[in-house]
Amino acid sequence: MEILVCVKRVPDTAENEISVSSAGNDIERGDLVYSVNEWDNYAVEEAIQIVDRVGGNVTVVAVGDDESEEILRREMAMGANDGLLLKDGAFDGSDGKGTASILKAAVGKGKYDLILTGAQAEAGAAQVGGMLAAMLDYPYASLVNKVEVIDDKKLKVGREIEGGNQEINEIELPCVLSIQTGINEPRYVGIRGIRKVASVEIPVMGASDLGLGADSVGAAGAKVKRVDYFVPEMGAGAEMLEGSTEEIIDKLVELLKAKGGLK
Amino acid sequence: MAQVFAYITHKGGAADDSALELAAAAKKLGADAVTAVVTGTGGELDAVCKDMAASYKEVWKIDNAAMAYPNAEVVRKALVNVLPGDCLLLLPHDTFGIDLGPGLSIKMNSAYVSDVVAIDGLEGATLKVVRQEFGGAASTHMTVDTGAGAVVTLRPGSFAADESKSAGGQVVDKSGDAGDLTAKRKYLETVAAEVGDVDITKSDVLVSVGRGIEDQDNLQIVFDLAEAMKADVSCSRPIVDAKWLEKSRQVGTSGLTVKPKVYMAMGISGAFQHVGGIKGNPFIIAINKNPKAPIFQVADVGIEANILEFIPELTEKIKSL
Ligand SMILES: Cc1cc2nc3c(=O)[nH]c(=O)nc-3n(C[C@H](O)[C@H](O)[C@H](O)COP(=O)(O)OP(=O)(O)OC[C@H]3O[C@@H](n4cnc5c(N)ncnc54)[C@H](O)[C@@H]3O)c2cc1C
Ligand SMILES: Nc1ncnc2c1ncn2[C@@H]1O[C@H](COP(=O)(O)O)[C@@H](O)[C@H]1O
Repeated sequence: MEILVCVKRVPDTAENEISVSSAGNDIERGDLVYSVNEWDNYAVEEAIQIVDRVGGNVTVVAVGDDESEEILRREMAMGANDGLLLKDGAFDGSDGKGTASILKAAVGKGKYDLILTGAQAEAGAAQVGGMLAAMLDYPYASLVNKVEVIDDKKLKVGREIEGGNQEINEIELPCVLSIQTGINEPRYVGIRGIRKVASVEIPVMGASDLGLGADSVGAAGAKVKRVDYFVPEMGAGAEMLEGSTEEIIDKLVELLKAKGGLK
Repeated sequence: MAQVFAYITHKGGAADDSALELAAAAKKLGADAVTAVVTGTGGELDAVCKDMAASYKEVWKIDNAAMAYPNAEVVRKALVNVLPGDCLLLLPHDTFGIDLGPGLSIKMNSAYVSDVVAIDGLEGATLKVVRQEFGGAASTHMTVDTGAGAVVTLRPGSFAADESKSAGGQVVDKSGDAGDLTAKRKYLETVAAEVGDVDITKSDVLVSVGRGIEDQDNLQIVFDLAEAMKADVSCSRPIVDAKWLEKSRQVGTSGLTVKPKVYMAMGISGAFQHVGGIKGNPFIIAINKNPKAPIFQVADVGIEANILEFIPELTEKIKSL
């Protein structure tokens, strides 16, 4: 099975305290730690496991800048066979549809049976996979937490729905799936693995390579635009307990007693 | 202005809570008449349509056996055929809306904006909305060019439901327009979530732990605290994803809905999918090393601390009482 996995380089929320920049037009990017989007890492692991079972090839693709190369390499160290970077100044400011259009053009340059995305990236949009599928006229299933290959024409997939219930579907290939966390346990990537792929050439494609007009992608083609970042004016918010740890614990114990938290 | 529609999700003949939230949100678009669109089949569909006529001026019913289960790939085709291309369509940002919305927007050639938490309004064809990024750590204003239509998904619980039920609306049968509903994805069955040994939905006091616990071995301090407090241990999703605790301890939209008296969120950032599982207005205590963590917006009491140090000290204190 030829599998394409879409991966995005994002600020790692587990490693960073995100704050809005004073100008309000961005978040503070000064010393952010970036990594591959958590959901995409599960998607790559799933692709590798599918190929381990039925054979094939895994390509990871990112729409991004030069720094996205680092996450492509990381996913190749995990076991993805090929990487592809889609990079062009004309892609800057793309909305979800723009990103999906760029990925669609890249899909057209290859031959894939299965395309995986993460369920969502850092903005929680959860949109690129479904858009890409519709543009390709492929069937789509989101929030997938189980993939079983039936034959070279069909998959059986589980979708995670409310309450942790699972919706089982049969889906025809080629298709697009968005992968939910927890579907597998992504393998650990050590320094040695990274070193092994450090000098592998990663091809780069731009708008003209992909046959994309500048007005269909990037800020020019975007119908959805971010105006600003801001910190919402909160209601009351939490009463923060202050003092030494001992004092805080004493206050907390009193509160727990009062609220029925200690029996 | 373009016509506004709200897609009604339902189950067992009853509309989802989101149905009346969409009605309230639609008012913020300045629409005087909003049309509910309901897909499904048979008596259950009729019951939902009748119910929705109390809240929406018009209810478009699309009855087809192919939509007995709401398979988004099938529903999408029906909606593309039935809805005017330039309409504004509201959907809930739940596991169905996420499945349906993005592809539908492409097929309708509409703009798409998801997980909207507030609507500032519509000026001409420009819609201004509020979203959140980074698990709620930053908010944004977004503009959406709705000139050729738009599909908008709304975060469940963000819009107070319109309970007025005074629309006196009518049901219009649009089933004849649904067209060809064959799809390349077929729904087979629903597998119910596993039941665990502890039922956190019945717990009065929950000691809940998130990714801030950092390592599986550190979970012991959480269980020690829970034992001292005679509380139960629950958790956020990453703990379950890592297979450190069973799924039946996960609080949230894709886990369980809990309604304790006291909820202690420790090392949990406060993503809406987590907080969405905490109901019944408990007393929430959040402990987090990041003073800007969104959990502090919903908690009653907050403590800025490293849980790995704080929890053992708290346990000692409680044991000594
Ligand atoms: C469709 C869908 C459904 C989902 N369903 C659920 C669900 O049911 N339940 C759920 O929980 N999530 C769910 N999620 C995931 C959710 O979006 C968040 O990713 C998740 O809740 C984050 O968990 P967390 O707060 O433990 O981790 P993080 O967001 O990584 O937060 C960890 C927190 O710990 C703090 N911290 C780190 N170290 C320490 C320390 N030593 N001491 C104190 N604090 C520390 C950090 O400051 C941070 O705030 C769902 C997501 C999707 C897309
Ligand atoms: N810039 C990008 N490059 C590659 N894949 C992307 C990009 N943006 C989004 N995706 C894919 O789409 C998924 C959903 O992202 P989103 O729709 O932005 O929430 C991600 O998990 C990725 O798989």
